[in-house]
Amino acid sequence: MLHDRYSLAFKLYPYAKCPDQTAQTPVRHPVVVVGGGPVGLATALDLGRQGIAVVLLDDHEGIGMGSRAICFAKRTLDIADRYGCGGPMLDKGVVWNVGKVFQDDRQVFEFNLQPEAGHKNPAFINLQQPYFEKFLFEQICAEQKKGAPIQVRGKNRVDAVDRFDDHVQVHITTPDGPYTLQADWLVACDGAGSPLRAMMGLGFDGRVFQDSFLIADIKMTTTNFPTERWFWFEPYFKSGASTLLHKQPDGIWRVDFQIGWDVDRAEELKESNIRRRLDAMLGADVDYDIVWSSIYTFQCRRMDKFRHGRVIFAGDSAHQVSPFGARGANSGIQDVDNLGWKLGLVIQGKAPDRLLDSYDDERIFGADENILNSTRATDFITPKSKASHTFRNAVLTLAEHHEFARPLVNSGRLSVPCVYTQSPLNGPDRLVGGPAQTRVGSSCPDAPLGDGFLLAALGDDFVLLALNADVPDTPLDIDGIAVRAFGVSTTGGRHAQVAERYLGAATSAVYLIRPDQHVAARWPAFDATAVRDAVRTACAKD
Amino acid sequence: MDTLNTKPNLAAPDDFYAALIAAHDGKTDAESEAFNARLILVLANHIGDMAVLRQALAAAQ
Ligand SMILES: Cc1cc2nc3c(=O)[nH]c(=O)nc-3n(C[C@H](O)[C@H](O)[C@H](O)COP(=O)(O)OP(=O)(O)OC[C@H]3O[C@@H](n4cnc5c(N)ncnc54)[C@H](O)[C@@H]3O)c2cc1C
Repeated sequence: MLHDRYSLAFKLYPYAKCPDQTAQTPVRHPVVVVGGGPVGLATALDLGRQGIAVVLLDDHEGIGMGSRAICFAKRTLDIADRYGCGGPMLDKGVVWNVGKVFQDDRQVFEFNLQPEAGHKNPAFINLQQPYFEKFLFEQICAEQKKGAPIQVRGKNRVDAVDRFDDHVQVHITTPDGPYTLQADWLVACDGAGSPLRAMMGLGFDGRVFQDSFLIADIKMTTTNFPTERWFWFEPYFKSGASTLLHKQPDGIWRVDFQIGWDVDRAEELKESNIRRRLDAMLGADVDYDIVWSSIYTFQCRRMDKFRHGRVIFAGDSAHQVSPFGARGANSGIQDVDNLGWKLGLVIQGKAPDRLLDSYDDERIFGADENILNSTRATDFITPKSKASHTFRNAVLTLAEHHEFARPLVNSGRLSVPCVYTQSPLNGPDRLVGGPAQTRVGSSCPDAPLGDGFLLAALGDDFVLLALNADVPDTPLDIDGIAVRAFGVSTTGGRHAQVAERYLGAATSAVYLIRPDQHVAARWPAFDATAVRDAVRTACAKD
Repeated sequence: MDTLNTKPNLAAPDDFYAALIAAHDGKTDAESEAFNARLILVLANHIGDMAVLRQALAAAQ
């Protein structure tokens, strides 16, 4: 039987019976993606855009109600731009710069995250997760119209898998009964509670934080609150041990109350009790409607390995972080960005299967970085010992008058892209005087280029970016992998931000950039043998 | 500087010590703890060097 575990914000892919369900023998597909959250949708989109046939199975018929993620970082928007759906996200999202930190009844300090000039996307936007997912889905539909072989099947619940050396057998339940599929590759994007992980008997170890958070999205009906992020430690209105107020699109505000470990969930979720907390914070004269509320406990944990033969875990199924720093969905999208091109090359026979092991290397490194950051933020917000609490409050007291203490205040560090410094795919970094921000392993920073931006010009294939250096006019073919070259001149003060971010003290440079727009190698000039070797290394061929 | 100075470095050790104790005058235990925490943070920022701070953390154990 199929029961909905949650109600839908958008019904996007109603159940429809498909021929696979009545086939005599299980139909084989190159890729089956399990789960239609942000990570599963992005995976289907990435692979489909490469022309790889993918079937996405989700146990519901669309996107769940309830916002969960609201902060989407620049790197996510850059990736979404590459997929073609960054525009609507940016249009709908709220951009904010001013944040205020309070303790008790006083403002500790205020900050203004002035955006760095010369980037298409801001450092982050606030956008309800259902919109984020809807824009991904709409892009899937747009790609389908252009011929991308993507199928999305609603009310298809995966109940069991049998694993073999060269494929996975997937047992599915639908409203019309069960059927079986075969997949060369299975990408498990089935969320933090991952049924697939359990089916395969795999662990998910880490830390649970002994605190609960009551989260409410409210629509203000009277007041015009400013577009700022307000974070209270130990607020005077006693609605929680900490409280966060954050703006979203459609006049909606996100409020997070830290309410302690042993709470009666049903009691706390009663509208009257939520209103009691909100009224204490907002004052009795502010009118609002409660749009959504929920209680969460947070944990930081990950799987030992994300790749298990032909089954690859991505997003929350592979790793889970507390939401401080907004690293859940943001890191899941980086998983997809990392996995997509690798799986694509392996399926097309252009790279060996072991290229996928580098997904483990790179994204476990990323997951550990995210877990470290969000654990530190959680420890600052919910101190675990008396000494920790004393120091936390000492930081807050000092921060009011002394600038030095402000960087110690940690209500969540913004998600920034991971730099794969130790990756086995990295080639040489031979650019003397080259900027640190574009060292080998980093994701390419954006910069204005002509009427547009650099990242859009890089696209999603291997690229040689040449600055004031000669490169071949025609694409290189390195063992079946096409490498396009394109040059930018920074002479005469042109493209100053490209020069600042990619040349530094050097006068010329050639960058080998991977399809996920991470730097694979860089040199002062083009050398055919060196480029060939670096492309082979980046594809795990050596 | 990248090593912690564990040789005598205070010109007037008795003066410093008296000032430190005097700073706690009239404070409850909780206020003293909070004060100590603030003092550590102020001093740590002044030192700045993570290698030195790590040695200080070890030395104080
Ligand atoms: C309160 C809160 C605030 C957050 N804020 C942020 C934030 O600001 N920024 C951020 O980046 N992240 C944030 N996150 C984290 C973010 O919501 C998650 O990281 C993100 O949803 C993970 O996406 P996913 O696709 O991996 O999994 P999910 O979104 O959980 O999707 C899993 C999908 O798999 C489906 N599924 C499960 N089992 C099966 C099965 N057997 N068969 C078929 N389908 C199945 C589910 O129905 C679901 O559609 C927040 C989370 C919470 C709880």
